Amino acid sequence: MTSVTVYGAPFSPAVSRVLACLYEKDVDFKLAPVDMAKGQHKSPDFLKLQPFGQVPAFQDELATVFESRAICKYICNKYPEKGNQNLIGGRDGGLLARTSVDQWLEAEGQSFNPPSSALVFQLAFAPMFGFKQDPAAIEQNEAKLANVLDVYDRRLGESKFLAGDDFTLADLVHLPNGHILVSKKEDLFLSRKNVGRWWEEISARPSWKKVVEMQNVPQS
Amino acid sequence: MSLIKLYGMPMATCTMRVLLCLEEVGAKYELVPISMPTGEHKSPAHLARNPFGQIPALEDGDLTLFESRAIARYVLRKFKGQGPDLLKEGNLSESAMVDVWLDVEAHQYNPAISPIVYQSLILPRMYGGTPDQSIIDTNLEKLKKVLDVYEARLSKSKYLAGDFFSLADLSHFSYTKYFMATPYASVFDSYPHVKAWWEDFTSRPAFKKVAAGMGGHQ
Repeated sequence: MTSVTVYGAPFSPAVSRVLACLYEKDVDFKLAPVDMAKGQHKSPDFLKLQPFGQVPAFQDELATVFESRAICKYICNKYPEKGNQNLIGGRDGGLLARTSVDQWLEAEGQSFNPPSSALVFQLAFAPMFGFKQDPAAIEQNEAKLANVLDVYDRRLGESKFLAGDDFTLADLVHLPNGHILVSKKEDLFLSRKNVGRWWEEISARPSWKKVVEMQNVPQS
Repeated sequence: MSLIKLYGMPMATCTMRVLLCLEEVGAKYELVPISMPTGEHKSPAHLARNPFGQIPALEDGDLTLFESRAIARYVLRKFKGQGPDLLKEGNLSESAMVDVWLDVEAHQYNPAISPIVYQSLILPRMYGGTPDQSIIDTNLEKLKKVLDVYEARLSKSKYLAGDFFSLADLSHFSYTKYFMATPYASVFDSYPHVKAWWEDFTSRPAFKKVAAGMGGHQ
């Protein structure tokens, strides 16, 4: 019987980020649905968990946590012995390994996330929810993302994964938006040799495959 | 011990985030100016430190680091015990709250406040451009929604992560300081707990020192 609850649906990129981390760490959880079509994310009960009315929220016996990357760090800090022990820099890596993970986590949050999220909205969610696409926004964000991926390509020519030789949280956080963008604009990733190689590796991880399976289950 | 070198500018928002941490822990460091107007941030020498061509970057012996929030964590961990504990890594639930509210700063607060600062201060003063009022207005509405949440939070808790000052609070300083120099500063008057929080932590000695380095840019 697990005390860990994740609130939200697997199709949400931010929710799927947390699910990937839980699978990497072999931490059992239950998924509590939040019916956004009915406005449940803005209900008083949900706002107590996540005051911005966004998914995911996370709760266990010790804490209520939100912001998907903060949730992932909490899971890694709480369960250092479980599952993948290298996610935030390894047992013996010390400060330097941890710092490299933090650096590339911030690069994702500050440089990769804004243009990739804008593109995910335009290319996947706008058509899904009946919003009109904005060709100028698509073009601008694709150009920004291309610049970021050029930096990544140089880095991944020198380093197997973003933070170093091991798969870490710094790579994991890219999976949700990457997955959607590779299905819509695969050239962005796959035409860059090192980014392509990295993407094939990280998206083949069993933890991510489990999340994709959850996403493919029809939502009732 | 080698001297820490911070590459950036004393009045630049992200450089200030790191300067505050260095001052809070009393670290010895050298601030090496990087001239943005001459494109120095895109020079091969600087790209070797920060592949995104941004400031700041930090050098400590063989270590080179970029991203101000990551550099901040590094400085606070390296000098742990020398200044106030702004990360609370000895306590799972407290450190979780620091991570939460630092991400809130990065993903909710900053995206709303920085376009306002850019349009109303940086664009006209540094580049001689004209502010785009529609961008300012849209982001003021976003900022108010964020401040609604902050007001509720700070009514229950002295600082964002709990009853302790942390990196989560510190991270808000530089953009908020500039915001207070825009015509929109009075927005904060409608949020008494937020305003009190702001006034409290700007009285810290580290903040006064770093604010002084902003020169005529405040």
